[in-house]
Amino acid sequence: MPTDSRFNRQPIRESEAIQVSINGKKVMVQPNDSVAAAILLSGVDVNRKTPVSGKKRAPYCMMGVCFDCLVRVNGEENIQGCMVKVEANMDIQTQDGTRQAIK
Amino acid sequence: MYLSENQQSSNICVIGGGIVGLAISLGLLRHGHKVTLLDESDDAFRASRGNFGLVWVQGKGDTQPQYASITRQSASLWKPFASLLQEETGIDIQLEQKGGLYLCLSEQELQARQTMLTKMKQAANHDYPFSTLDLQQVREFFPEAGPEVVGATWCPEDGHLNPLLYLRSMTELFLKRGGKLAHQGRVVNITKQSTDFILTTEKNTTFHCEKVVLTAGLGNKTLAPMVGLNAPVQPNRGQVLVSERVKHFINYPTGHVRQTGEGSVQIGDSKEDVGFNQGTTLEVMAQIASRARKMFPILKDVQLIRAWGALRIMTPDGYPIYEQSESHPGAYLVTCHSGVTLGAFHEGPLADWISNDKFNPAWEVFHANRFSL
Amino acid sequence: MTPQNIKEKSYDLIIIGAGPAGMSAATTAATKGLSVAILDEQTSPGGQIYRAIKYSPLNNPKILGKDYYTGKDLLQPFEKSQVSYFSNSVVWSIDEKNQVAFSYHGKSQLFRAKKILIASGAIERPVPFPGWTLPGVMTCGAAQILLKTSGLTPKTPLVLAGSGPLMLLIAVQLMKAGVTISAILDTTPKGQLWRALPHFANALKNLPLLYKGMGLLWTLKKSGIRFIKHVKELKAIEGIDGQLTGVIASTKNAMVQLDCQSLLVHQGVVPNVQLSRALGLDHKWNNLQVCWKPVVDAWGESSRKDIFIAGDGSGIAGAIAAKWQGKLSALKIAQQVKNLGDGEVESEVKQANKSLNKQQAIRPFLDQLYQPAQTFLTPPDDTIVCRCEEVSAGEIRQIAKQGCKGPNQAKAFCRAGMGPCQGRLCGLTVSNLIAQTNQVSQEQVGYYHIRMPIKPLTINELADLSD
Repeated sequence: MPTDSRFNRQPIRESEAIQVSINGKKVMVQPNDSVAAAILLSGVDVNRKTPVSGKKRAPYCMMGVCFDCLVRVNGEENIQGCMVKVEANMDIQTQDGTRQAIK
Repeated sequence: MYLSENQQSSNICVIGGGIVGLAISLGLLRHGHKVTLLDESDDAFRASRGNFGLVWVQGKGDTQPQYASITRQSASLWKPFASLLQEETGIDIQLEQKGGLYLCLSEQELQARQTMLTKMKQAANHDYPFSTLDLQQVREFFPEAGPEVVGATWCPEDGHLNPLLYLRSMTELFLKRGGKLAHQGRVVNITKQSTDFILTTEKNTTFHCEKVVLTAGLGNKTLAPMVGLNAPVQPNRGQVLVSERVKHFINYPTGHVRQTGEGSVQIGDSKEDVGFNQGTTLEVMAQIASRARKMFPILKDVQLIRAWGALRIMTPDGYPIYEQSESHPGAYLVTCHSGVTLGAFHEGPLADWISNDKFNPAWEVFHANRFSL
Repeated sequence: MTPQNIKEKSYDLIIIGAGPAGMSAATTAATKGLSVAILDEQTSPGGQIYRAIKYSPLNNPKILGKDYYTGKDLLQPFEKSQVSYFSNSVVWSIDEKNQVAFSYHGKSQLFRAKKILIASGAIERPVPFPGWTLPGVMTCGAAQILLKTSGLTPKTPLVLAGSGPLMLLIAVQLMKAGVTISAILDTTPKGQLWRALPHFANALKNLPLLYKGMGLLWTLKKSGIRFIKHVKELKAIEGIDGQLTGVIASTKNAMVQLDCQSLLVHQGVVPNVQLSRALGLDHKWNNLQVCWKPVVDAWGESSRKDIFIAGDGSGIAGAIAAKWQGKLSALKIAQQVKNLGDGEVESEVKQANKSLNKQQAIRPFLDQLYQPAQTFLTPPDDTIVCRCEEVSAGEIRQIAKQGCKGPNQAKAFCRAGMGPCQGRLCGLTVSNLIAQTNQVSQEQVGYYHIRMPIKPLTINELADLSD
């Protein structure tokens, strides 16, 4: 049985790719991708560890309901990755536990 | 005594399963009474679920020294009470009493608080610990305090706890000690037949008891006259905002902002006379958020995930009513809006009084006849 | 459709959500001369069913099928209309004076309207079972959104588990995209077809949908994908890396273990009641659809005057029904705002009602056929029920046994429903568990008190409204 270790992109009408950074790694994505989709496509399966038990989580609903796709976007934590589109040079980071209040 | 399915006998009935009723019930169980706690439905007005969680001393009882006195007495009884709850139920109610600050955003406000607390200190023969802090001193407690904070008043006896875990731990201990929880709807009638009180609920169940304690919050208003008492209580809404969990950075409670054991930041508290309306309003929520941001600008990007309005139970002067009925001996009225702060007092000295009828004469100032004078 | 620029603060009608109900209502109302604003959480119109319909990137239209692309028929008139469309607009409060507060690019805006139409659709019914929180488990709807918006297909080996038309549809769509599906675990309980049969005669009023459903089943059968029926229980297996490595499915007589890296789950959809609950509107429990529905009249008007609900948010009836419901609400609203006589909308109302009835006729059959199995309504004790606060079904049952009568006391006792999703993913389950433990109906148990803000927002956003 063939296996894919990550989410695959079907043939699409491509727009001009943009570059984002996911956990420090440069990745080329499509401008219509959500942050959550970009993370999955890049092969990162886990976008956060919960503040309660530290268990790993990944997107569950992709429509803004479950809040499991929370990530850090340009330094701001607990952003719903499925509700935000990627932007050029966006800095996306996975989260580990409880967020911090920052100045 | 004859007992049918719809007719149950019990030594003492406590009406109202909030934190006041539970604390008193626990005290009564401690004295060996058989206690039945009558509780309303899931969507009743429940001040206990909307509580801010402060165990607060500073400023309480500024016009009533006896209130200041029971407040401090309760604060001093809290640690053993919390330990008991933890030992018996395994629930840590997150009690912390290492002092609290009341942050002020204007000179006038700070001045007024200082004047008030100084007066209280005089009334208490100088046994009333507090100090006034300027911004620099505030920042020794809260490095994140904002530039608009003018100062604060500090009291080392202030503290806080998790009011919901408190509610749960008392419920568990109540059941563990053999208390009986009855969910038969609101009590609609209380009558006295020879030595017994007969309580009837909206589901037409009756309960017989020798003593009855009214701890039904706003419900006391209609219950009290049934046993010759007067409970002129009115709802007063407080709105509270709660944030997502954040790594701890507010290490002392303040009058308006505190960080819970889980890490969420709780922000309150408005005082509005809006009748029986538990809702939230944009205007007030925005004001609460704005004030919190002035106190702690670092909160700016923190997300709010919940808000609620809860109804405080206010008497005309804001102080409690503790009273046994003269016309219906064995009927007691207990009402207050500081169910958390006074919790240890209710479980202790106040429950002792209901058990043995030795009323502390100093508490006569809490009789309701003060309102008709 | 005019582009987003926030100047107008007051409208005849504000619509929340730009799915089929929202788009159709907006277009209709604008045609009748109403000033309309539509606030949409998404980045472009379409809702979930027609998600990304405007730019749908997939080269091969056969993957999603022609029903998806009919969304364009709604989009075109919508885009031509005089409606003010606001994307990325997250409504978090509506007050007593019909003032709508929403987040728009990190700042909150306040709009006011004479009438409000909630068209916020459905959410997938939460599917709690042991392991459903593991990375690798995702809803069928989520997989479909990834396919529609980005052309993404999930990791393999892939297993689908659940019940309902959407699961069958995404299975066929993934198949057409060339993705290998290891197995489909159908959890539809045995005997459901029998129970649904009395509704079949009515279902015949909507032959196209029946044909479509049968076509999906036939395609899957022909494909030779392993199809395991009457699965009673599911358990996702956690690997040493804390992620999904497999799934165990139990049927009456057997237990099957399958390796997988992706597990797509589904148990139908339920109305998204977050906003209608927060508004304090009347809701009723629906036994057939096993969920709460807001109470609305034939025009979609709720228990509060001037607030309408159309589409799946008022009860699940599907995209085509939503379109007609949106139209009916808009016509009524136009009548009220513009004081139009019945005669001026009569023919449109007639046509909409006729089409709507056809769509609704098939629902009882489908609702009964795909009613979720008990294990997903009242899952085993070791299942996480509240994903945010990580509260288990066992804890809810224990609290219920200790005399807890409703979800609000349960919430106070164990924090279920207090996390960022605000109870969206545990509300139904918590109420079901309390009802089951105390042997009472869901109607008696009730639901969480939902309060504004219905979406998290920063202190800055809220405080800025006051300064």
